[in-house]
Amino acid sequence: MLDLIIVGAGPAGITASVYAARKRMNFIVITGDIGGQAAWSGDVENYTGYQFVTGPELAIKFEEHMRQYKIDVKENEYIIDIKKDSDFFAVKTDKAAYQAKTIIIASGKKSKELNVPGEKKFKNKGLTYCATCDGPLFLDKNVAVIGGGNSALDAVLQLTKIAKHIYLINIASNLSGDKIMRSKVEQNSKVSVLNSTQVTEISGEKMVNKIKIKNASGKDDILSVEGVFVEIGLVPNSDFSYAIEKNNFGEIKVNCHNETNIAGIFAAGDVTDVPEKQIIIAAGEGAKAALSVSRYLMQQK
Amino acid sequence: MDKKVKVYSTPTCPFCIRVKQFLKDNNIIFEDIDVSKDQSQAEIMVEKSGQIGVPVLDIDGDIVVGFDKEQIKNLLGL
Repeated sequence: MLDLIIVGAGPAGITASVYAARKRMNFIVITGDIGGQAAWSGDVENYTGYQFVTGPELAIKFEEHMRQYKIDVKENEYIIDIKKDSDFFAVKTDKAAYQAKTIIIASGKKSKELNVPGEKKFKNKGLTYCATCDGPLFLDKNVAVIGGGNSALDAVLQLTKIAKHIYLINIASNLSGDKIMRSKVEQNSKVSVLNSTQVTEISGEKMVNKIKIKNASGKDDILSVEGVFVEIGLVPNSDFSYAIEKNNFGEIKVNCHNETNIAGIFAAGDVTDVPEKQIIIAAGEGAKAALSVSRYLMQQK
Repeated sequence: MDKKVKVYSTPTCPFCIRVKQFLKDNNIIFEDIDVSKDQSQAEIMVEKSGQIGVPVLDIDGDIVVGFDKEQIKNLLGL
């Protein structure tokens, strides 16, 4: 029987694993990838001790720190279900089953999907969730960015240096996001902003060649684009347990000790309802969660 | 026998950085192709992989899309 299973290896999960290792707990980490959203971040200038570091570099540093402790990390493995048994938790993944006395859920967030026909089929075939990564592949092409917040504006501004024309398709009646970025986008002749408009279908042959849109008055239109950049925010990876209490956004509710509504299950980082999603906050929450687990295990003895 | 490894990447893509670091850590010599600077190579990459996304690895003709550590390990015998 394991003392602990940590779900996720982003800043929160990795920090929890370092603390758990130092408390000599018998535990494993189950995770899809290592680094989480930090590995996708651009420049990080607010992680204490690093005046400037890139997301991937910081993620590599985190991983090195974790690996110092010979932790058993089950990578590329996904949680399907967590069930409470008499005095332990049964955890089922896509590869195996485990039992543990406690769990820390630090599974983070992922890009929100549009949920329209064609989205799955054309993923990486013109449709992408990472403008920073794939933007340069759309040189002199017409593209659409979906969203209206900072990440969408950021994607548009990156693409103005690459693409031929950019349609910014925003479901709300006005763009949100920082004013400086908004005016840069609105003043750029390569950008058409379509407010109160939603995407209803992505289509093409092998690759994307058009999208269907609908404006506020219900009128359909077709845009010829070869690239679609989805930037409509993030959703928590919290689908695997229905018994754990969540807020309206699907974020797991925790108290200041990182306890969830189920005794023995703790949560940390961006998957929780803790305000402010920051690398340094997630890391701190991971540390707190591991210390809470340590205290909980001691009380159980 | 050493396999010929090409990495198609963009400078800003986090997983491109990770995949290249992974290869370096394992002492794999590879050709780094920046598709943001070379449009003809970008087209070759799309053609080879049947998709538009980086990173793409060409390991002796076997194509890997994304930082798929397991597949890369298998193909390189790591």
